[in-house]
Amino acid sequence: MRYALRKIATMFITLFFVSVIVFFSFSLIPGSPAMNKLGTEATPESIKALEHEMGLDRPVAERYGKWLLGVVRGDFGKSYSYNQPVTKLIADKLGATLLLSVMAIAITILVSIPLGIFMARKSDTKLDIFLSGFNQLIMAVPSFFSGILITLIFGVVLRVFVPGGYISYKTSLIRCIGYLVFPAFAIALPKISMVSKLLKDTVMAESGKDYVRTAYSRGNRTKSVFYKHVLFNALIPVITFLGMAFADIIAGSIIVEQVFSVPGMGRILLSSISGRDYPVIEAIILLLAFFVVLSNLIVDLLYHKFDPRINV
Amino acid sequence: MDKSKKSKFITGLVITGIIVLLTLWGMIKTPYDPYAMDSGAKFAKVSFSHFFGCDQFGRDVFSRVLIGIRETMFIAASVVFIGVFFGTILGMITGYFGGWLDEILMRFNDAMLAFPSILLALVIIGIFGPGKYQLIAALGIAFIPSFARVVRGEVLKIRNLDYVLSVKLYGASDLRILVVHILPNLKTVLLSTVIIGFNNAVLAEAGMSYLGIGVQPPEPSLGRMLSEAQAYIYTSPMSAIFPGLVIVLMILGFSLLGDTVGKKH
Amino acid sequence: MLKVEDLNIKINDRRGNTIPVKDVDFEMDRGDILGIVGESGSGKSMSALAIAGLLSRHDMEKSGHIIFEGVSLLNCPRKVLRKIQGYEISMIFQEPLTSLNPIRRVGWQVEESLRIHTTMDKAERRERALKALADVELDDPEAVYNSFPHELSGGMRQRAMIAAAMISEPRLLIADEPTTALDVTIQAQIVELLKKINRERGTAILFISHDLSLVNTLCERVIVMKDGLVVESGICEEVFNNPKEEYTKGLIAAIPKNPFSERK
Repeated sequence: MRYALRKIATMFITLFFVSVIVFFSFSLIPGSPAMNKLGTEATPESIKALEHEMGLDRPVAERYGKWLLGVVRGDFGKSYSYNQPVTKLIADKLGATLLLSVMAIAITILVSIPLGIFMARKSDTKLDIFLSGFNQLIMAVPSFFSGILITLIFGVVLRVFVPGGYISYKTSLIRCIGYLVFPAFAIALPKISMVSKLLKDTVMAESGKDYVRTAYSRGNRTKSVFYKHVLFNALIPVITFLGMAFADIIAGSIIVEQVFSVPGMGRILLSSISGRDYPVIEAIILLLAFFVVLSNLIVDLLYHKFDPRINV
Repeated sequence: MDKSKKSKFITGLVITGIIVLLTLWGMIKTPYDPYAMDSGAKFAKVSFSHFFGCDQFGRDVFSRVLIGIRETMFIAASVVFIGVFFGTILGMITGYFGGWLDEILMRFNDAMLAFPSILLALVIIGIFGPGKYQLIAALGIAFIPSFARVVRGEVLKIRNLDYVLSVKLYGASDLRILVVHILPNLKTVLLSTVIIGFNNAVLAEAGMSYLGIGVQPPEPSLGRMLSEAQAYIYTSPMSAIFPGLVIVLMILGFSLLGDTVGKKH
Repeated sequence: MLKVEDLNIKINDRRGNTIPVKDVDFEMDRGDILGIVGESGSGKSMSALAIAGLLSRHDMEKSGHIIFEGVSLLNCPRKVLRKIQGYEISMIFQEPLTSLNPIRRVGWQVEESLRIHTTMDKAERRERALKALADVELDDPEAVYNSFPHELSGGMRQRAMIAAAMISEPRLLIADEPTTALDVTIQAQIVELLKKINRERGTAILFISHDLSLVNTLCERVIVMKDGLVVESGICEEVFNNPKEEYTKGLIAAIPKNPFSERK
């Protein structure tokens, strides 16, 4: 319990750092957002007036404090280009991105762990050599390319789904999931390869350890030696790796959203980057960071539960 | 080196060799002008005159892929160079001198590492704006922390080796020890990190260009070609498949080499 | 009870053929304590593992007979062997830390044989485990039961291993260098504990060691092995005081002598 509290505290400290870095780096950019908004034709007076209206004439620290207070209450300020509160702008986009990420994570776990176990049990057979080679290849396929291949195979040739035919989870959650399965697989594929390979390697390493011999000496069947002794030990390094993979998956979903035209945070982030809409960029980066740190926290706690040797 | 490792190494070497040859080809001359549009050759099929066919403007895909490989290699090399250069300096200073500077930089480093590098690069692009050189800077900066960490760990080990301690006794300056005695010892660990870094850079560049915030049109880039071809996936899927396959080959080759050249601990 | 006849073990691996165990013969009765001594590589551990049914590498050939209570362990079906393993024959090992599963509580591991071989319920198993832990002279069985292996000291871990091995009241306990990884004082305590177990419950003990003096304090009979062969065997005292083989003399000479105490 104390461990969990300390981890949660660390999480908020990290987020605080991220918020400082993000906010201040965007304030350091030369050129006034007010000028960007009004165009080069604007008079100095009108720029000044707009800056005042946007609160840009206040000191950076004061603006940061105000922004942070807002963020804590769920208010990320106002978008420069849409004239709307950022929160309203990204609320339902966040849902799509989160649903996609969670599905990708779920697929990664559900496929890679049985696959890794299967590969370990078949180790040194032809099938294992084939799967290992196949894994190596899959790891080299970037998710946006596998996304295009999936679109081509399942969308264009087999017509299992309509490319670009995203249905909002508000309309129908089931149909939304039915569509998101494809991008989620594209994101999950390289991770599945990595995790299953890692699990196979750790199972092989654990199988040679002394406690496995002890387990056999007590009359355990091979199956119980594997499921009661080896597997959980082998999963410990896998959990650590999954923690890092989750961060990649959340970041990766931004790219794959584009492949499948999912109206998530990816699209609005990209348009805000080209439109220099800083409040939106800041909000999205901070939110993504929050989910990355949160997933790391969950993994840390899981890890703690699995491995009693960790007491720090 | 056992048998499977050897065959992995050779496969990696062959694939990387092909990529290097294609890069050189792209540097010297391409079969067609990669920018020349030819409405007659619109969506031309794969043939001897157009190895990879033509795109929606009738541009020769193979020539564009050659330029794309060249660009990707250039960007990835620059990114790795920035990462290695600053990462090594940072890692050497913090690892060798330790103290509060080390503390602060490493805490900062940890915070950066907790962040996926793509996300970090997106923040920096957000600040600099989209473009090829902005992309190099963004990815380069995003890569510094991981290099710094590897170098720092190695310097910590080397710094306490007997011979470094004895050189110090003879009155060698810190700078001399760092440059003459420690730097050459970083070679092996840097080699595998550079290969892995190069791989990540290729992947990140392709991803960013795919998103349209990397290399800007009309300049061809592998990632950009993918996103452009995607719009015509019903009529001409090959224009998307070839650039994609080239990206896969680049990453596969480097990762096979990276797996076999010096194990990362 | 246990009869080993013409035991040969042959390994065919990449480096060619090696025969770590050659024509080993010996017998044990109920309640016997037999020591096997030899240097590392003499085949003593390999023989012990063969008896415990723990040699199943596919590059290995085993011939001869191991008869335990009328059952031929070398060529019986695995199902029959498993019924004996951990129930009638138990084994403890050199490294108690690595021989325990690091992420399972000690109690769970002590009870494991009961879970596999009996139909006892949770409460019964727990009761038996606590008794087994108390029997190996652990001060606070309850605390040990709920600990993880890394939380115990080396001596405590080996006691827990012994408790796990003895919980099913086996007829034969195979102890493969059980004290080598421990401090000298703890070594003596563990040897005393094994003696007590033998005395009070009549469990036969096959004690494998490289330390002839330790074997002498515990065992009645001893077998000396070298390069896979039995070079000498007999009553412990006799072998110790009157070795026939040069090799055995060498082993005795290698025992560090305590200059302040006279040997018996």
